[in-house]
Amino acid sequence: MSLVSIREVRKSFGPLEVLKGVSLEVAKGDVVAIIGRSGSGKSTLLRCINGLETFQSGAILADGLEVGGMHTDVRELRRHVGMVFQQFNLFPHLTAAGNVMLAPTVVNKTSKKEAAEIAAEMLAKVGLSDKRDAYPSQLSGGQQQRVAIARSLAMRPKVLLCDEITSALDPELVNEVLRVVEQLAKEGMTLILVTHEMRFARDVGTNLVFMHHGKVHETGVPKEVFAAPKTPELQQFVGGIG
Amino acid sequence: MLYKLQFAELLPYWDVLLQGLVFTIVLTIVSTAAGVAVGTAGASARTFGPAWLGWIVVVYVELIRNTPFIVQLFFIFFGLPAAGVKLDETTAAFLAMVINLGAYSTEIIRAGIEAVPKGHIEAGVSLAMTKWEVLRHIVLNQAFRKIYPALSSQIIIVMLGSAVVSQISAQDLTYAANFVASRDFRNFEVYLVATLAYLVLAIVTRAVLRGLGRIFFKAAS
Amino acid sequence: MVQFTVWDIFSNLLIATEWTIILSIIAFVCGGIVGLVLLFARTSGVRPLVFVTKIYIEFFQGTPLLMQLFLFFFGIALFGIEVSPWMAATMALTFWTSAFLTEIWRGCVESIPKGQWEASTSLAMTYFEQMRYVILPQASRIAVAPTVGFSVQVVKGTALASIIGFVELTKAGTMLNNATFRPFLVYSLVALIYFCLCFPLSFMAKKLEGRLNVAR
Repeated sequence: MSLVSIREVRKSFGPLEVLKGVSLEVAKGDVVAIIGRSGSGKSTLLRCINGLETFQSGAILADGLEVGGMHTDVRELRRHVGMVFQQFNLFPHLTAAGNVMLAPTVVNKTSKKEAAEIAAEMLAKVGLSDKRDAYPSQLSGGQQQRVAIARSLAMRPKVLLCDEITSALDPELVNEVLRVVEQLAKEGMTLILVTHEMRFARDVGTNLVFMHHGKVHETGVPKEVFAAPKTPELQQFVGGIG
Repeated sequence: MLYKLQFAELLPYWDVLLQGLVFTIVLTIVSTAAGVAVGTAGASARTFGPAWLGWIVVVYVELIRNTPFIVQLFFIFFGLPAAGVKLDETTAAFLAMVINLGAYSTEIIRAGIEAVPKGHIEAGVSLAMTKWEVLRHIVLNQAFRKIYPALSSQIIIVMLGSAVVSQISAQDLTYAANFVASRDFRNFEVYLVATLAYLVLAIVTRAVLRGLGRIFFKAAS
Repeated sequence: MVQFTVWDIFSNLLIATEWTIILSIIAFVCGGIVGLVLLFARTSGVRPLVFVTKIYIEFFQGTPLLMQLFLFFFGIALFGIEVSPWMAATMALTFWTSAFLTEIWRGCVESIPKGQWEASTSLAMTYFEQMRYVILPQASRIAVAPTVGFSVQVVKGTALASIIGFVELTKAGTMLNNATFRPFLVYSLVALIYFCLCFPLSFMAKKLEGRLNVAR
């Protein structure tokens, strides 16, 4: 059974339809890379999965819960679906450890002591054990994004959504974040990434989804799709990237 | 409810209340015009005038901003005659309003002037404009655009504050309400009607000021 | 006739000042509490709650404080409850203060980047948890300067309580004026005392504002 199942989802902002019937199945352990031009609807699709955006028709099931369903506990849903943002969105008034500990203590009612242990574990995972008491403003962009990943992981999500998480970073900081994500993929974490890093999508991804004009235009195993894109749009897109 | 609200008894007094309303409107319009003029002069003097003049403006602004309007009003109406300046209640009310709004608008307009980039002033000067032309066409023009919303809300605050002039028997809307209340004893009903009249006045004033702003600053962004 | 020295007048005014201060503090604290509750309602996104709060704010910001005092003074009496000027003044000033504080704080809450809401939403936090742990800790830093600034308006607002007969600084001034016939002196002193109460607050607000701007 799929961990995330997206069926014929349609979404409009006013008169503008950004998702025109998107379907996608994500199994446990999949690393799905969503690529496409800006405005193709890829970020919107991601944001629909944890209910940050609502959609008009279709259905999304995440870990067996119906997103946007009448009787769905959104809070329960979001506990199982983590999200990392382009702009990090760390809480500036909390330290790195404070950022990681907040949701476990507040949402899961984990004890302070236990939450601190989780924070230590997660910060170690992203290679920032020495930065636990640093505030976001004292960290580089790459370090902030790694803390943001640790913060999401602390909720032990079943699936992690990554929305262009390296797009706001200086080029030399991109790799430290990608390495962390690659490690997560190796450990079997289910990941859905909207990304512009084509090489990363090819090397780490298990599935590639090319979105175009609000639809899944082409999909398949990344290495094959990149080697021989079928549609002219993807040929042009891959060619344009070089 | 133990008490039945009765508004019918207010009907015979509608003209009294209307006169009061008109007084409040005139008071607001006149003191807005004069107050903003004072504020413009004060802000210009503070930014471009000599230091001593700047200090006088600072003292004026801080004195007014840090004392209640009612005390300013009482000082002008009761205090000044003792110093030889006798004013009737209407003049005192207008004067107090102008002085009060003048202080606030000085501060608001000054902030607008300081937000005008120095380069614009230098550009004006190098176009051979006189000091006055620069002030009028470059500095104040931009400053007013920027501070117009803040000035608008201050005008409404001062308009609502004008209810206090009833306390020196200036015949505004509140005075009229007090008068009617003393006649028919329907205190609550009278004050409720007057309060709603003020509310409508505030909403209309805000809309009018917004409309005027759109006309004045048509070219704005 | 009893002769009043300047010192007599001044010391009597100081005694009344105590009530100005007490009324100010009560109005500010209670107004702050009510304002905080309203802030939650106003920013909740729950349509009926937002609507009701908007009307409340529009009413208290769009009508004269003096009228509000009258309405409380005469309005509560209609329920057969005996109203003291003290009670009417406290209530009117509290509600009036709360409306302004809610609007000031709403501005601060809305200045917090949208990403903070989205990140905390994604961490499965409820609206209250987001406000309590993420938004308010940040918004309160920005709110300090304008809140202190508004406290000046509260102190000045208490002067209107004199009109419904509550004896504080302004009312004491009127009474002393009637007893001494020295209005110039009396109202100068009254103004001076208000200035001494308000100016430090204004000054502090300005300093805090400056510090915040530097910090950014």
